[in-house]
Amino acid sequence: MSYLSIEHLDMSFVRGKLASQVLRDINLGVEQGEFISIIGHSGCGKSTVLNIVAGLLDPSLGGVILDGKEVRGPGPDRSMVFQNHSLLPWLTVYENVAVAVNKLFKRSMSRSERREWIEHNLRLVNMGHALDKYPQEISGGMKQRVGIARALSMKPKVLLLDEPFGALDALTRAHLQDEVMKIQKDLGNTMLMITHDVDEAVLLSDRIVMMTNGPSATIGEILSVDLPRPRDRIALADDPRYNHYRAAVLSFLHDRHRLQ
Amino acid sequence: MNANVKIPAPLAQSAPPTPGRARRMATAVGLFGLQRLLPPVVILALLGLLWELLCSGPGAALPPPSVVLSETWELIIDPFYDNGGNDVGLAWQLLASLERVAYGYLLAVIAGVALGVLIGQSDWAMRGLDPLFQVLRTVPPLAWLPLSLAGFQDSHPSAIFVIFITAIWPIIINTAVGIRNIPQDYRNVARVLQLNSIEYFTSIMLPAAAPYIFTGLRIGVGLSWLAIIAAEMLIGGVGIGFFIWDAWNASRISDIILALVYIGVVGFCLDRLVAFVGRRITRGAPAA
Repeated sequence: MSYLSIEHLDMSFVRGKLASQVLRDINLGVEQGEFISIIGHSGCGKSTVLNIVAGLLDPSLGGVILDGKEVRGPGPDRSMVFQNHSLLPWLTVYENVAVAVNKLFKRSMSRSERREWIEHNLRLVNMGHALDKYPQEISGGMKQRVGIARALSMKPKVLLLDEPFGALDALTRAHLQDEVMKIQKDLGNTMLMITHDVDEAVLLSDRIVMMTNGPSATIGEILSVDLPRPRDRIALADDPRYNHYRAAVLSFLHDRHRLQ
Repeated sequence: MNANVKIPAPLAQSAPPTPGRARRMATAVGLFGLQRLLPPVVILALLGLLWELLCSGPGAALPPPSVVLSETWELIIDPFYDNGGNDVGLAWQLLASLERVAYGYLLAVIAGVALGVLIGQSDWAMRGLDPLFQVLRTVPPLAWLPLSLAGFQDSHPSAIFVIFITAIWPIIINTAVGIRNIPQDYRNVARVLQLNSIEYFTSIMLPAAAPYIFTGLRIGVGLSWLAIIAAEMLIGGVGIGFFIWDAWNASRISDIILALVYIGVVGFCLDRLVAFVGRRITRGAPAA
């Protein structure tokens, strides 16, 4: 049994008399410390998979088992980095992380330990200099860093990333990708990321889950990315193995499962 | 809400003031006065002049500003006299009205936010209560007065009730809209953190809806001030509304004009006060 196990997931949305099947028979096992990307064309239901793992949506059939326990509803053991950061605008950077830490570790940590833990997580994403800034005062990339710090501060078993860099410009995106890789190397988090960016998937992942097009989308293929870590984007750009993986994902998305 | 207001250059910096600095500062303050204060002063002077010209002739129905000023000079310089009964200074009259507004408005804030949260949260409550609210909110404030006099058998609680029932509708409706507009993302954050309903209420719902709630509070305070003047004209006693009615009965037109100025200024201050508190609490966060 894998650390995180997604089993026979079916998802249908019913609106009136019309039922539309979004996902069909999704099966995936994720090992502890693994970085998995789920890639597919927009509308293929990849975000739905992530929301089911997060517990924000209930599947029509099947289920998710994390560390031997069935997932029922959302919880901090599966913290999420949202695409649009979803920081609370009335709280400072520090307070946005504090809201999570104070709720989850009120009993297990003293006040000063919590303070130290909050600042530690913000330093981890290089936001230690902006603790008292409000979200509207910092850039999009910085907001996403705070979102990542908030998710990490919950000490999740799995970190769920829903197109975390999708709204960022290319340079900021590359920078944050490198930081996520470094964090994962240091902390050994299990991560599940949704993306539609082929380079991002190959660079970050241990395995890439490629989804077929909806309706009734399912897993078409799983590609193991056997590149040594730490990975360096500049060195990899000329690496034939990297280009081979890249070509494999591209051919899946654009030859065999072209969006109609 | 966040109008791009020009703010005068900050005074008193830690660096020692140099002549150039002081001059720049003086220029900035002077510029501010020129741009912001001059236009309203000029317009006010022109309108006053026009009023003086129109009302100075023989047979004019209303007194010109010069007469108003001389006739009400005693009231202006001594707002705190107290000759017993209704014969007290304008400050006491205004404070009596403000006290009624404070009671009625505070009750409306508490009940209005609570009801707004209820119909914002629950579809059932929304469907059940919204039609009722939509009908009741169109009832003019003074139409409630006879009913509340009959119910309370006393003028003081009746006036407070009229304030309450006037101010509560915009507060309910805006609060409900604010609650309904809380982005799904914030709800998801709360769900991942497994916040209980009290934590959700205080740390997500109220701050997220605060910009909307304060819009309602601002409309509500304006309406209360409108309603109290009208209600006091009918119920009597001490209060700026009754002062006007009393002045009309005694044909002291100048007193009425002075009272109107005071009412306008106080209403303006109330509106700005609520707006200021709102800005402090929401920290200028946009309403979305």
